[in-house]
Amino acid sequence: MIEVASIRRGLVVDHITAGKGLLIFNKLNMASLNCPVVLLMNVPSQRMGRKDIIKVENFTEIDTAMLGLIDTKVTVNIIENEHVVEKIKLAIPHEVKGLFPCGNPRCVTNIDAYVTPTFHLHDEANCSYTCEYCEEITKVEIR
Amino acid sequence: MVNLVGRHLISPNDLSLEEISTIVALGQNMKRNRADYAELCRGKILATLFYEPSTRTKLSFESAMLRMGGSILGFSDASSSSAAKGESIADTIRVLASYADVAVMRHPREGAPKVASEYSTIPIINGGDGGHQHPTQTLTDLITIDTYIGRMENLEVAFCGDLKYGRTVHSLIETLARFPGSRFHLVSPEELVLPRRLKEHLTKIYGCELIEYRRMEEALPHVDILYMTRIQKERFFNEADYLRLKNSFILDADKMKLAKQKMIVMHPLPRVNEIAYEVDDDPRAVYFQQAELGVYVRMALMAHQLGVANQ
Repeated sequence: MIEVASIRRGLVVDHITAGKGLLIFNKLNMASLNCPVVLLMNVPSQRMGRKDIIKVENFTEIDTAMLGLIDTKVTVNIIENEHVVEKIKLAIPHEVKGLFPCGNPRCVTNIDAYVTPTFHLHDEANCSYTCEYCEEITKVEIR
Repeated sequence: MVNLVGRHLISPNDLSLEEISTIVALGQNMKRNRADYAELCRGKILATLFYEPSTRTKLSFESAMLRMGGSILGFSDASSSSAAKGESIADTIRVLASYADVAVMRHPREGAPKVASEYSTIPIINGGDGGHQHPTQTLTDLITIDTYIGRMENLEVAFCGDLKYGRTVHSLIETLARFPGSRFHLVSPEELVLPRRLKEHLTKIYGCELIEYRRMEEALPHVDILYMTRIQKERFFNEADYLRLKNSFILDADKMKLAKQKMIVMHPLPRVNEIAYEVDDDPRAVYFQQAELGVYVRMALMAHQLGVANQ
């Protein structure tokens, strides 16, 4: 079993569905962070069988909307002085801005760079969103 | 108390039923007493921002403002605007808002007028955005129904033709659904049925009864209003599909014999061949009066937005 030391201050993204850790790492642009980041994959888990974990030291701000879109099973632990001071359970976001394009090719958000694609949750079960501008529904699957 | 001063109109849902009724009532009054309103907008300017060609809507808005004593400026296709140079909608509207008091925008991109409204200091009216919304056509339809039927609730309404892409149908059916008691008869080829999402919305949110037909004759005897639409060539990817479907739903004098004596035939125009010319002489055909009423309802809307409606 690989051992990774606990962190003094930062965040731990825990209970990531096995296989989605790398996607989260990429989508949240973690390679560009100027601080230590550890991505653990296929870690044994009593509850999940296997899971991925990401630890980031000296960094506590994270895009929970994007995380929620990728994996709602995730828990984010905020660490201060080696203790968990906040536990964030993720849910699918109700409002989303700028995280994915509108699926309607005729939508203004796909041609006018000034406009940020903005969505409201339409159906949680199949992760679909209504566009604020054209009102078309986009099914979201972050890859 | 209805207050539309400075408000945008992007979708019919931006207006409450009371606001719709107030606009329609003022439009009716303007039609009856046109001379009383001839100076109402003296000194006001309407900007017509038409990023794609539209004769009817543009001229209807221009006529509305001119009939109230105001002035107009604008462009009628994207190539003669700064959009051709790649300017964003936000930049265009921030500049043009200082040149006029109210603006109507038609744009091929769905949602474009909403973008404009987010950056505009003057009221923006959606004059049609792609296949999305066309709220002043809906107001035009409603003032026509008010004129010829006298109520907007408990109606039997048939929509015929292209129900899949027809934005006028989508806007009107959703607005009529907000009034109680109406039933909708949907007549279209299978390829052009009302989108499933809209059907679900109408039945789940408003509890509407929808009845679908493949032949116009089946619906005609039951309805107070027959709303005809053109099967638009530009909505098809395939020429063969267009040719196969375009004549499917043509209203002629024989079919009119099946309809109630008090039924009205509406059409957002332009018509191609879906209503035979012989129907024009039938007193139940009100589509040209509908176009005229559109001017008055647009006058009423702008008067409210400009804060001069009660003068």
